[in-house]
Amino acid sequence: MDDSAPILETRAISLGFGGVRALSDVSFRVETGEIFSIIGPNGAGKTSMLNCVSGRYKPNEGQVMFKGRDITRLTPNQRATLGLGRTFQNLALFGHMSVLDNIMVGRHHLMKNNFLTGGLYWLTGAQREESEHRRHVEDIIDFLEISHIRKAVAGTLPYGLRKRVELARAVAVRPDLILLDEPMAGMNLEEKEDMARYIVDLNEEWGMTVIMIEHDMGVVMDISHRVMVLDFGRKIADGLPDEIMSNDHVKRAYLGEDDMDEVA
Amino acid sequence: MAQMSLRPCGDFRTTYRQDKTIFDTRNSRVAMAIFLVFAFMGPLYLDPYQMSLAIQICYYGIAALGLNILVGFTGQISLGHAAFFGFGAFSSAWLNNTTGIPVFLTVPLAGLMTTAVGLFFGAPAARIKGLYLAIATLASQFILEDFLVRAEWFTGGSSGSPAGPVSLFGFELNNDGRYYIFALAWCVVMYILGANLMRSRDGRAFVAVRDHYLSAEVMGINLAKYRILSFGISSFFAGIGGALYAHYLGFVSAEGFTILLSIQFLGMIIIGGLGSVMGSMMGTVFMVLLPEAMKMLADGMQAMGDIPSLRDNLDFLREMSIGMAIILFLVFEPDGLAHRWRLVKSYWKLYPFSY
Ligand SMILES: Nc1ncnc2c1ncn2[C@@H]1O[C@H](COP(=O)(O)OP(=O)(O)OP(=O)(O)O)[C@@H](O)[C@H]1O
Ligand SMILES: [Mg+2]
Repeated sequence: MDDSAPILETRAISLGFGGVRALSDVSFRVETGEIFSIIGPNGAGKTSMLNCVSGRYKPNEGQVMFKGRDITRLTPNQRATLGLGRTFQNLALFGHMSVLDNIMVGRHHLMKNNFLTGGLYWLTGAQREESEHRRHVEDIIDFLEISHIRKAVAGTLPYGLRKRVELARAVAVRPDLILLDEPMAGMNLEEKEDMARYIVDLNEEWGMTVIMIEHDMGVVMDISHRVMVLDFGRKIADGLPDEIMSNDHVKRAYLGEDDMDEVA
Repeated sequence: MAQMSLRPCGDFRTTYRQDKTIFDTRNSRVAMAIFLVFAFMGPLYLDPYQMSLAIQICYYGIAALGLNILVGFTGQISLGHAAFFGFGAFSSAWLNNTTGIPVFLTVPLAGLMTTAVGLFFGAPAARIKGLYLAIATLASQFILEDFLVRAEWFTGGSSGSPAGPVSLFGFELNNDGRYYIFALAWCVVMYILGANLMRSRDGRAFVAVRDHYLSAEVMGINLAKYRILSFGISSFFAGIGGALYAHYLGFVSAEGFTILLSIQFLGMIIIGGLGSVMGSMMGTVFMVLLPEAMKMLADGMQAMGDIPSLRDNLDFLREMSIGMAIILFLVFEPDGLAHRWRLVKSYWKLYPFSY
């Protein structure tokens, strides 16, 4: 990997479902260390774009380059081991597991013990490895302030906490690039503020590059370094938050004059 | 399924290691140790008939745990577990008869042979799930059953195959008491392996695949690998259980390994608790003892006065009670005995302040 290469680059991605064109010829670059937001109206193709990056969808055309390497053909689990993590728009926790175990699953690709050594637990170092990784998981739990629920069954938690546990699990993967699909949807103001702070900390303190889809324009303009706008599967603009705010094309297509007044 | 455990207050964990013990309180560890001592002393106080039931519980219990790893923990249905159990039984007998390898070695080898077969028949799981997978495993049940009847060289065909006795360094396990210790030792080892597996990396991966496979994949878990691996591990347990069955009876014939037995295995884990290691054992005990309880009940009623219809239909009654038990558990206690047990335990822990 050479240093000048962006951490992520998509080249002319197109994706269709039967007759529906979810993405048409979308190219963008995300530099290492950025918080990069993707915005656009409902059905614009934002989630589809993330799915192409994380490997859930295979684009019909185009390439996904991660750390200078073509990952278009790799499976999602291979991409995870390369340092790509994500959360989902709809809750996607392991509902019957404890919060702790959910987050421990994030360590999967970093751990070595397997069904044989795991079965012999005490004799093979599996126990030691579990404890070591548990330490990392506890750091994440402290950071995201969920230590009071660490033993709770994930499926029984309220919505806002589940979102936070999902973030913890994605962080446990130790990704260099983390993809967040509407991390603040459905949250109240206070929860949103917390979440925004976590995202900034992940970026600044933990050194993760962040790609975030978010509808709350206030947060997006506040914490993003750069923003891309999708509409009907096409990229209509990308740039600094200020540029996006003043882009006429964007205003017409998405924000609407009223919204602009509100955030301004 | 992972449950939030209720520990008495004052019981704090100071290391991560303590936090991951199989039994979560000191008391339950002590209770388990005492129980095991009593179990191993079984030959001193069990009568021959009770002993035969205890041996059954050991080998069925191992196979049930295997099925629970596949169905309860990984969330893949299998209707062919009995065929793998049977394959293990014949494998061990065949290895011992043809090569003379002593039985205490053919048992684990039979486990490995069954694993290979399980991996083969589990391969479709990489592609299909749910109802389609259920049908595929049903097919493997019938294919294997048919194979066991036809493969004369391997199973003795329809006349069956003798299975030699176990001897450890010249010491023959030639009575039920000795064999019981052998089977119980295997059972304990397999349950420890199972419990350890479920609290380490690959066990968590199985549950992750069950609960949300898309997330599991994004966490770096190779779905196809774990779906097939689960079949392999489950068959290993089935093979060990089957081998222990074979050398206990001293003779194996293909008739015993039908879909009915597969369904009984499913019944054990449903009754005991899907996704619970100890539940597999509880369900097995329940399934083995239920027909006995029914028989005692019928005998008791018989003693009060001869009821011909009851006497003639006893076998039917026993079979039906199994079906009834499965249905009743599905409706009223879908989390199984293990769940009920946890509730009872937490009730007593907090007694008298339990509300
Ligand atoms: N698996 C799929 N099968 C068929 N159509 C799909 C699929 N996934 C997405 N689409 C379609 O692709 C288009 C883009 O959807 P996508 O979910 O990417 O939008 P989005 O920008 O994330 O919207 P939202 O803000 O509502 O989450 C929509 O028209 C959607 O119906
Ligand atoms: Mg979306």
